[in-house]
Amino acid sequence: MVPLDPPAAKKLTKKDFTSDQEVRWCPGCGDYAILAAMQRTLPELGATREKSVFISGIGCSSRFPYYMDTYGFHTIHGRAPAFATGVKLVNPELDVWLITGDGDGLSIGGNHLLHVLRRNVNVQVMMFNNRIYGLTKGQYSPTSLVGLKSPSSPMGSIDAPVNPLAFALGANARFVSRGIDTMIKPLSGLFKEAHAHTGTSFIEILQNCPVFNDGTWTHVTAKDISHDLQVWVEHGQPLLFGKDKNKGLVLTGEEVKVVTVGENGVTEADVTVHDETNRAMAFALAQLMAPEFPMVFGVIFRDPGPAYDEGVVAQVAQAVERNGEGDIDALLRSGHTWTVE
Amino acid sequence: MDTPVSQDVTRKTLESVVIRFAGDSGDGMQLAGTQFTQTSAVAGNDLSTFPDFPAEIRAPAGTLFGVSGFQLHFASKEILTPGDDPDVLVAMNPAALKVNLAEIPTGSFIIINSGAFTKSNLKKAGYESNPLDDGSLDAYRVLSIDISRLATAAAEPSGVGAKSALRTKNVWTLGLLYWLFDRDRTSTTEWLKQKFAKKPELAEANIAALDAGHAYGETAELPVGVELYKVPQAKLPAGTYRNIEGNTALAWGIAAAAKLSGTKIMFGSYPITPASSVLHALAPLKHFGVTTFQAEDEIAAVCSAIGASWAGAVGVTSTSGPGMALKGEAIGLAVMIELPLVILDVQRAGPSTGMPTKTEQADLFQALYGRNSDAPLCVLAPKSAGDCFTMAIEAVRIATKYMTPVILLSDGFIANGAEPWSIPDFADLPKIEVRHHTDTKDFHPYVRDPETLARVWPVPGTPGLEHRVGGLEKDFKSGHISYDPDNHHKMTQVRAGKIMGIANDIPEQDVEIGESSGKLAMVSWGSTYGAVNEAVRRARADGKDVSQIHIRYMWPMPRNLEALLSNYEQIIVPELNAGQLVKVLRSEYLLPAQSLPKVAGRPFRVGEVLDAIDEALAGKESN
Repeated sequence: MVPLDPPAAKKLTKKDFTSDQEVRWCPGCGDYAILAAMQRTLPELGATREKSVFISGIGCSSRFPYYMDTYGFHTIHGRAPAFATGVKLVNPELDVWLITGDGDGLSIGGNHLLHVLRRNVNVQVMMFNNRIYGLTKGQYSPTSLVGLKSPSSPMGSIDAPVNPLAFALGANARFVSRGIDTMIKPLSGLFKEAHAHTGTSFIEILQNCPVFNDGTWTHVTAKDISHDLQVWVEHGQPLLFGKDKNKGLVLTGEEVKVVTVGENGVTEADVTVHDETNRAMAFALAQLMAPEFPMVFGVIFRDPGPAYDEGVVAQVAQAVERNGEGDIDALLRSGHTWTVE
Repeated sequence: MDTPVSQDVTRKTLESVVIRFAGDSGDGMQLAGTQFTQTSAVAGNDLSTFPDFPAEIRAPAGTLFGVSGFQLHFASKEILTPGDDPDVLVAMNPAALKVNLAEIPTGSFIIINSGAFTKSNLKKAGYESNPLDDGSLDAYRVLSIDISRLATAAAEPSGVGAKSALRTKNVWTLGLLYWLFDRDRTSTTEWLKQKFAKKPELAEANIAALDAGHAYGETAELPVGVELYKVPQAKLPAGTYRNIEGNTALAWGIAAAAKLSGTKIMFGSYPITPASSVLHALAPLKHFGVTTFQAEDEIAAVCSAIGASWAGAVGVTSTSGPGMALKGEAIGLAVMIELPLVILDVQRAGPSTGMPTKTEQADLFQALYGRNSDAPLCVLAPKSAGDCFTMAIEAVRIATKYMTPVILLSDGFIANGAEPWSIPDFADLPKIEVRHHTDTKDFHPYVRDPETLARVWPVPGTPGLEHRVGGLEKDFKSGHISYDPDNHHKMTQVRAGKIMGIANDIPEQDVEIGESSGKLAMVSWGSTYGAVNEAVRRARADGKDVSQIHIRYMWPMPRNLEALLSNYEQIIVPELNAGQLVKVLRSEYLLPAQSLPKVAGRPFRVGEVLDAIDEALAGKESN
């Protein structure tokens, strides 16, 4: 295998991770912000260009690898998780970021996303969710809302949408999080958390498509309402939100209630404390959709477990330890043989 | 009138024997067949086998569609096919007799388990009267024994239940056959001890049944016409031999390629009949530098293999026809980004699900053309089980040297059939030179070797070689994405030219048997090798002007093939499909090749090929 040690201690900057390719997303696309967040975050992580790998499927988001001056693999529609798994099984030391979208990851690639999550391959999955097919010009996607009118649903979509966080949690993902394209600082923080996690980390990024689905998340992301509709969760902290941090979520059984601290005798102690290791709580939080409820952001679930690629490598090492390096002559002569003089 | 026999009786020497074991899919016929095969191998015979079983794991007992068969041809001469017509049929129940009788020449020897010829079994098989009593078997030499009862009686004292005792009837039958054909029981006895190491009472019961069957032969009065036989050792070339099935040979070839190339192999696969056993054979070989990955589907299997190749290993995947169809898009990506990839396609009868356990060679078109746009790649076809080992190594050599996917077309017949194989020494196998690119000077991912046109193989993790690849067309000079019309034309030609150049790196086409010109060439490929070879030999022994040309390199085809084929007045292409190679030869070379298609889920019988030869030459003479 090739040497993997970084060659020099030169401090890398955002520029080092920016490729010479002209970015071809539409003006105003949320992808620009996500790209900037990533290019800014990698130097802060101490990442090297040669060990960083971006693997994508097909779609607007999947052009992402071309703009990173790292190793990049633009594969086929929906299958990036399978390619990434192959890469990690050969070289688990590579730092693999998987770039996908709601169509690529949850429609054509739903199967592979399920399996990479449940196997817990050590990669970071970034799903850009703009609730629309962009590259094919605006058809409804598996996360589009019922009623969405699009070229393929002129009378309104009647497809029930999939909830990416709930999907990931149902697939037994061990790191499930959500961010927003234009909130670069928290997004960068999520990239770091995801990077630090061993196993598959799943990040849903609410992303705006200004051409085909403009404003799809405005009811959550608009500055004037964001405080009331975004709950940034933190492990061990009460689920508080609102400009004055006086609103809270109370989870009782399967029910989630929004309360105001100081009203009707509610105190901060009544607000549910976020437990990122509680899958049931994560599932309940994942269901919350604006505008009826605030939506949760940050690391919603985290429960590290053995990474698949490490397990595979360990079995190979164990096989070598038990049997020694394979001997072809011995293999071909195993079992019954006979000699003709 | 019955003739008593004893151990002193002289054995009749036979040059070759074909035995077909037939019974319910739960009767252990595959086991009896493989044990007889193993024992015959140890006795030094040449052999060829044809397991023929239903897709259902345990089809309803006694039914016609639940009949499982295993045909074994063993001989004191060189043989290449499992034989056309059985000399001996073992029928463990009425359904097995009914299904097989039409293929048994009159006068053949039939061993019947009369204990299974009950009213209900006869009804299930569609017999209105019992063939054992109604004279319908008068034209055969029948040995009718209540094997069910005798095996149970032999096995029960070992303390196994009645059900387990009855199950030893296949081994009892094997014991009788061992006596009739002068075979040594040791290898099977040892095997039974090993198989039932954790259940010694079952080992004991089975060995008791084996011995009882053998003893029955020694002591019983055998009917007229039933003699004792021996088939002497075959004169095989000197060497150490073993029995090998095609799928095992493929797996071992892949493991050997990992060693020969010093490069890790990542084998991503999804279970599918009849290819699954390649995965089974490779999964325990992790210490040979092979990582196996059972993917979630056929697509993920090939994609994981391509990902592995991109990361510097050799990605390999295995499948059968329906899985090949699913892998098509990803194989196209490997063509486009020019990465090594080996696809093992163990063909089965189709289209669609078709007949999963039955053989066919109908994926040739799919291998050559089954991708969107112009996506040429290399296609190989091993001719026999042992050749699977050689060609698996060859596939890895070509894939890594030319940075291209290579499809290897095996089939169900080669996959499951066994033959004696002269074991090569690892030291004699050709080394595979793999070069990962490390030079950062003037680097881009599509820098090519001017001779092979193969692009460089830069491996992620290498400082200074960071690059992006994908399915989008790239610029010939820079490797960047390009929509330039002339560039696309050029790149399409470069991809095709690279593949055609492989023709300079493979052997010229030779003539398998016969002359390099003449009246008739029989052109075989893949598993039709044996039947065509035998037919051409026999025809030539009859003085016929016919030669065999056997193609193992399906694409690109050997550089002299057109010139060679042009030397024959007639060309016939026997193949287990509706006529695929014949169309390739006609379209590539404008030669008037004729098709001899067979799509019955079974290999050619020698006789069928022989008839075609006779007909072609007779037609020629009368012209």
